[in-house]
Amino acid sequence: MERNLMAAGFGGQGVMMMGKLLAYSTFSATDKNVTFFPSYGAEQRGGTANCYVVISDNEVGAPLGDVMDDLIVMNEASLNKFLYKVKPGGLLFINSSIVKKPVERDDITVIPAPVTELAMELGNAKVLNVIMLGVYVGYTEVLPEEVVYETVKGQLAKKPKLIPLNEKAFRLGTKIGQEARKDRKGLV
Amino acid sequence: MMKKVYTRTAGIEADMVSGFCPGCMHGLIFKLIGEVLEEMNLLEETISVQGVGCCGLAMEYVTYDNTTAPHGRACAVATGIKRTNPDKLVYTYQGDGDLASIGLAESMSAANRGENISVIFVNNGIYGMTGGQMAPTTLVGMKATTAPEGRNPAMHGYPMHMCEIMNQLTAPVYLERTSCNTPANTRRTKAAIKKAFQNQIDQKGFSMVEIVTSCPTNWGLNPMESLEFLNEKMLKEFPLGVIRDRS
Amino acid sequence: MAKKFMKGCEAIAEAAVRSGCRFFAGYPITPQNEIPEYFARRMPEVGGSFVQGESEIASINMVYGAAQTGVRSMTSSSSCGISLKSEGVSFCASARIPIVYCNVARGGPGIGAIQPAQQDYMQATKASGNGGFRMIVLAPATVQEAVDMTYEAFDLAQRDRNPVLILADGVLGTIMEPVELPPMRSDEELRKLREETKDWALRGHKAGEKKLILPGGWQGQEDRCKANAAMYDTWEKDIQVEEFLTEDARVVIAAYGVSARVAKSAIRLLRKEGYQVGMIRPKTVSPFPYQSFDKLDYGRVKAILDVEMSIPAQLVYDVELGVKGRCKVHTCLRSGGEIMGREYIVNAVKEIYNV
Repeated sequence: MERNLMAAGFGGQGVMMMGKLLAYSTFSATDKNVTFFPSYGAEQRGGTANCYVVISDNEVGAPLGDVMDDLIVMNEASLNKFLYKVKPGGLLFINSSIVKKPVERDDITVIPAPVTELAMELGNAKVLNVIMLGVYVGYTEVLPEEVVYETVKGQLAKKPKLIPLNEKAFRLGTKIGQEARKDRKGLV
Repeated sequence: MMKKVYTRTAGIEADMVSGFCPGCMHGLIFKLIGEVLEEMNLLEETISVQGVGCCGLAMEYVTYDNTTAPHGRACAVATGIKRTNPDKLVYTYQGDGDLASIGLAESMSAANRGENISVIFVNNGIYGMTGGQMAPTTLVGMKATTAPEGRNPAMHGYPMHMCEIMNQLTAPVYLERTSCNTPANTRRTKAAIKKAFQNQIDQKGFSMVEIVTSCPTNWGLNPMESLEFLNEKMLKEFPLGVIRDRS
Repeated sequence: MAKKFMKGCEAIAEAAVRSGCRFFAGYPITPQNEIPEYFARRMPEVGGSFVQGESEIASINMVYGAAQTGVRSMTSSSSCGISLKSEGVSFCASARIPIVYCNVARGGPGIGAIQPAQQDYMQATKASGNGGFRMIVLAPATVQEAVDMTYEAFDLAQRDRNPVLILADGVLGTIMEPVELPPMRSDEELRKLREETKDWALRGHKAGEKKLILPGGWQGQEDRCKANAAMYDTWEKDIQVEEFLTEDARVVIAAYGVSARVAKSAIRLLRKEGYQVGMIRPKTVSPFPYQSFDKLDYGRVKAILDVEMSIPAQLVYDVELGVKGRCKVHTCLRSGGEIMGREYIVNAVKEIYNV
């Protein structure tokens, strides 16, 4: 069993941190093999930022797939660039606050979440990545919710003031993910 | 009963005959360094880094540990040695092509870091070993095999004054320009070398002694003529003196 | 020992520290910046020294200097920066100074692309500087292997008094993976290791036992070349290679480093579909495991597929030397920052499988 995820967005949307949190959670709480591979370079400076996480029962070969099981897009440029990387039957998580255009594929499952707006409602636009991480974990159940939350908390060990905000953000996301999963059950 | 008033320094191999050209001052400078190290009781604690050029011949002559750097890199090699062996005395010996041309980045950066090393910079205004090409310190109008009509500022710029250039940096503690053209100046040179080494022992940082010398062979002059040229031309362009002393 | 989740560059640096590296000099270049950055934080903790050199050339020469005193020393860079280091590496090979350096390779020629590539194979294995010297070149495919190889590299370098190169790439430098770190060598062990260098290292000396490090010299050059060549001849025993599912293979993939780990994924997919595919993966690209190609049963093996992130292909020349014309050698290549893909290899195998 192997599952790969690609997360993509603007630099500054916390895309890398989202992937790293997921990879680190997998590493700390399971026996599975996991890799986190950031796409680095010019893209980090204003363009799209993206990263890949592979979770596998075997040793991880390719650290990124030519086709992805799951794709998270935080902006429209990423959707345009990577939509056709999702395998048929795969999952596409969309930041629907920013990505307004319809998805031109009907062979994948789309899970929209307005994470930019939700983050601003929580009072800090920066936590959009933590909300999206929650959506992903809530929907896929790839890891137990509590395991990922512990990682998020651990990451904030030096800034404990931010923990309540991030917990709120993460729980809000998992709830959206779980609801979406209920709605889709049996469909795809 | 005869009294021994002079003996060869223990810093130079006892029966070694130098291969330096007649009138060349490298041999004299290595003697001065050897004497200073001996007087300071540092021969067993010294690691020297020879630059590339005629001075490289000395690696066979001196009695203390020494190594040769790639052309221009002596200050970088010395940095590596000194950082890992802060208890050793580390000095570089470099010509003008080595220190001021190909090794300009290494010299300036070591000076700027205030690296706790001593640099002996021998400036004779020409490439010796390779046969008389133009150096960054070649005087205006002075002929070189790569400037057959003489150094022309319109094409080649002007001689570089390394002590003055390094004096723009904050970190160096001691910069002095000396020569070995007279017995008095030779004694001054020896005192300058001693000071540079003492600064290192006292952990004061980067010191450089620039010694203006001659190259009779590539200047196309006999030793006496080249001494005259040194006195009349070189020292006009490169005036002697302490450029900085913050020790 | 508990595993850690570490970035390739940082894991390499930590492995070096644990192996006894106490001097590092380097210059910024993507994608290896995390190596000097890690050393800058770590060296003060272990009593070592870190210097950010003014250039790659200065950095390798600082390492050349430090290593001459018997201190385990390292530098790293990427591709075009490695070219600049070739002067110093050649001096180390000539003067027989043990150093370790790492190439976190990116695109080329020239400034290339900052993304991962394997365009430096020939430079790494055949001519890392002037003068025809050779080095042991280790090519890790995972972060764990990068750690183990870096740890070992310092011992190999000291054993031979010769530079050792870790040939990594931008993927391996930036990827994070679980890794088990080797034990930290104690100060006492390091003191002993340094003591073993006393016959040649510069440390100052008592009268009458002069030390001289001579990268070139006026006499004896041919004798030194002969001694070097004799040392290179002893490396047969140091060959490391992984032969993966080659026993029944009809197509054998030849790949190293990141391409090999992607190829392994591809082989697993192909095997599920019934394709008899295997792989020979040189872990030492110098000395090269020609024997692994030589001993294949060419009655069964119909083709070799050389897979690398280099255009034109470079590894293929060593593969051809092992295959000696006994079957066709095809190539499957990506470059310019395009990372080798699983399906790309799968398709390439299918194309040649029944030909």
